[in-house]
Amino acid sequence: MSTLIEPTALTNPVERVLRNDRIPTIWCPGCGIGTTVNSFAYALMASGADLKKTAIVSGIGCSGRVSGYVQLDSFHTTHGRAIPFATGLKLANPELTVVVYSGDGDLTSIGGNHLIHAARRNMDLLVVCVNNMIYAMTGGQAAATTPGAATSTTTPYGSFEPELNIPQLVDAAGACYVARWTAFHVKQLEKSMTEALKKKGFRFIEVLSPCPTLYGRRNGYADGLAQMKEYKELAKVKNGAPTYEVAITTGKPIIVGKFVDRDRPDYLTLMRSQLGAHYHEIAEAGVGCGDDSEGKEGCCSC
Amino acid sequence: MARGSVAVTTERCKGCGFCVEFCPTHVLALSSAFNRKGYHPPHMIEPDKCSGCNLCGMYCPDFAIFGFKTAETKPAAIPAATEAPAPSEAMEAKEV
Repeated sequence: MSTLIEPTALTNPVERVLRNDRIPTIWCPGCGIGTTVNSFAYALMASGADLKKTAIVSGIGCSGRVSGYVQLDSFHTTHGRAIPFATGLKLANPELTVVVYSGDGDLTSIGGNHLIHAARRNMDLLVVCVNNMIYAMTGGQAAATTPGAATSTTTPYGSFEPELNIPQLVDAAGACYVARWTAFHVKQLEKSMTEALKKKGFRFIEVLSPCPTLYGRRNGYADGLAQMKEYKELAKVKNGAPTYEVAITTGKPIIVGKFVDRDRPDYLTLMRSQLGAHYHEIAEAGVGCGDDSEGKEGCCSC
Repeated sequence: MARGSVAVTTERCKGCGFCVEFCPTHVLALSSAFNRKGYHPPHMIEPDKCSGCNLCGMYCPDFAIFGFKTAETKPAAIPAATEAPAPSEAMEAKEV
């Protein structure tokens, strides 16, 4: 009975972490992004994260709107640059818990390089990638994550490019935590997000989400619900599955689960240990290039 | 005996049907009534079966529905239950 909600306070529990004046959302009926936001909101509450010290950064796209609906310090950045912005945010204020919440087009296509290098550096970020397998907001063009044979605006005869296996990419680059769920797996996603919020290092969660308007309509799904039902049928939970086996192929089982959970010193820890005593000198002197050859007053003009 | 109930903010609903489809005890159905935007919000067809698990709330992409446990399941809380509004009243209160 610990989950008993006071009957006198009849408000949706997630409203505590949402900007209620911004709702209804812009998302289409049947879109799964709002479902992932539910899981995220419950995970935020379950993890006990200090909401005053949590920031959310998102890029451009349908999923990029999430930052505007969550009652945290929110940043809606330029296309693909959510991770660089979050990196700067984390380095300037290491106390913050920084969450990047963005779409597949933003994170893996235009921002693909940033994703690789943030994982390599092991920046202390939680990256939630809502994968709807298409560039939805710009009109349904084929994205790097569009599975083979899927039809889109730019691939009317079916996509013939093999899709990007994002978990394998971030695993190879060195992420600490890699998981994939779908919008159907709300409870598992909440648990995964709670776990990831408590962990340090680069954490990556991919969430497959229905896009009824632009992906589903052209690929034989009548609405978002049909796509959710397919996730229910096709998803196979395989925790610890090798990430090279989890690529998404049309009509084949979708492997979901927690694939990677390892500990590796993050960027800030490595920087502090390597700089040793110099770290505090630099931190006290403020932002600078670290070159103090020109005297104690300051370094160069920076 | 219902162990829980749901509250619907009808004006937020976009009628996607996730809550209806994934309710473990099949309590909900889309109503024939329209909200202001022309969608059919869900309503309870079998309120007795509701366990208050809030899975509908987890699935709702528009934060329009949530389930809650009613105090009747907890024997010690029976006196407090009289102060709580009945679920039907609560639903009406949320419906603008």
